[in-house]
Amino acid sequence: MNELMVTTGEALRLLVSFDPALWEIIGVSFRVSLTAILVSLPPSLLLALLLARVSFPGRWLAISVVNTLMAVPTVVVGLVLFMLLSRSGPLGELRLLFTQRAMIIGQILLAMPILTAMLHSTFQSLDQRAWETARLLGASWFQALWMLIREARFGVIAALLAAFGRIIAEVGSAVMIGGNIEHFTRTITTAIALETLKGEFAQGLALGLVLLLLALLLNVLLGVMRGRGQQTVSV
Amino acid sequence: MLKRRLSLIAALALSCLLVSVAQAADTVRLATTTSTYNSGLLDYLLPKFEADHPYQIQVIPVGTGKALRLGRDGDVDLVLTHAPAAEKAFVDAGYGVEPHGVMYNDFVIVGPTDDPAGIAGGNDATQAFATLAEDEALFVSRGDDSGTDKKEKILWEQAGVTPDFDGFRAAGQGMGEVLRMASELQGYTLTDRGTWLAMQDKLDLEIMVEGDTQLFNPYQVILVNPERYDGLDTEGARALAEWLISDEGQSLIDGFRLNGKVLFHASAGEDVDPESVANQE
Repeated sequence: MNELMVTTGEALRLLVSFDPALWEIIGVSFRVSLTAILVSLPPSLLLALLLARVSFPGRWLAISVVNTLMAVPTVVVGLVLFMLLSRSGPLGELRLLFTQRAMIIGQILLAMPILTAMLHSTFQSLDQRAWETARLLGASWFQALWMLIREARFGVIAALLAAFGRIIAEVGSAVMIGGNIEHFTRTITTAIALETLKGEFAQGLALGLVLLLLALLLNVLLGVMRGRGQQTVSV
Repeated sequence: MLKRRLSLIAALALSCLLVSVAQAADTVRLATTTSTYNSGLLDYLLPKFEADHPYQIQVIPVGTGKALRLGRDGDVDLVLTHAPAAEKAFVDAGYGVEPHGVMYNDFVIVGPTDDPAGIAGGNDATQAFATLAEDEALFVSRGDDSGTDKKEKILWEQAGVTPDFDGFRAAGQGMGEVLRMASELQGYTLTDRGTWLAMQDKLDLEIMVEGDTQLFNPYQVILVNPERYDGLDTEGARALAEWLISDEGQSLIDGFRLNGKVLFHASAGEDVDPESVANQE
């Protein structure tokens, strides 16, 4: 118990003293995951709209596939990407393995199914007539689309937070295709795995605290925004 | 009906519990390095020990740093590791007792076949490391505080180099992962011979430097100090340690082959080469 207290104290000290090694790792994590989420958003939005608004043969199957992809273990994504990007793999010439770009690709693959599935159900729950009304009132196709996204903004934010939470906290694909290389591809989660392996629990715990604080912050933000949203509705 | 089913489940759960408690009484927990485990040495030795002794050994394969930490925290009964300086500190601090040399193997420096830094064929590890740094060659380091990592740091120090040159990559992963990474990136790395032999076929690398006494790698078995924690199975741990350094254990270690090659040399009772130990401190 005492050991736990000492370790936690040391972890807090590392955090507030802006230990450069610690904050460098946090920086890599955020750069990779934010890039991945920004790249994932536009195609996911389009895909979700397509699935929610356009009926085509096999639509239910496409929706099931998207929902299934949400459950793919991160290590499976890591393994498949590793085989593709390896020197002996079909994309080996690109020399992407063990780079931040490879990690971003992996996280895009993980984020897109969640984004698409959550955006799809958001769009589905919107009033069917909103789109037609906007079009009838003379909105262009693009304006109507923008209106739809605005209507669904809380759902969009929730989807973004859920997807971001998954990719910044995942370790399986990050360690396999990133390689946990110091100063290059070492992220919060791969560093935690390493520090635990080394028996250096304080730094691991400090990084864990960062993830926890981040999750709290994001959820509080979402709660605040939702609260405001409800108020304007009730007024 | 439901009641009967519930009592059946309760009885089953209880018996499972009893069985696991009964097993726990004879279970000895050994923290060791991935090199002894991944090479298959323990899978070969331990069943022979368990056949003649009333103990069951649970192996926890981790880096030397973590193994010693597990020992310090009383999470295991004994450790089998290869980092003389860290082991000495472990015993001096009273975390471990009764250290015994068991065996040794050696490290090799491996690298890509086209050898851009031109170190192939040498037998001076320090010189090779100096050349790698001078050439800013791509070098994948374990960087995980394991025995191999500690050895690597000593070699950099002896070469008079701070390992922060352009091609240096600290991976913070196990030997297998680092070898695969070196192969993918076509870089150099330091590896224990066991993991190298086990993975050689899958790698696009070759041995560059071997046979330097600097690359000597002694293993010690150390009991976790029973005075620090209650409930350690020190009897079982001592039985295993004594068996490993007995004539039987030692000849089994010498007889172990991986891909037809000798991997570990039994060395119980031999003095560890004082010069190499001094180097590791």
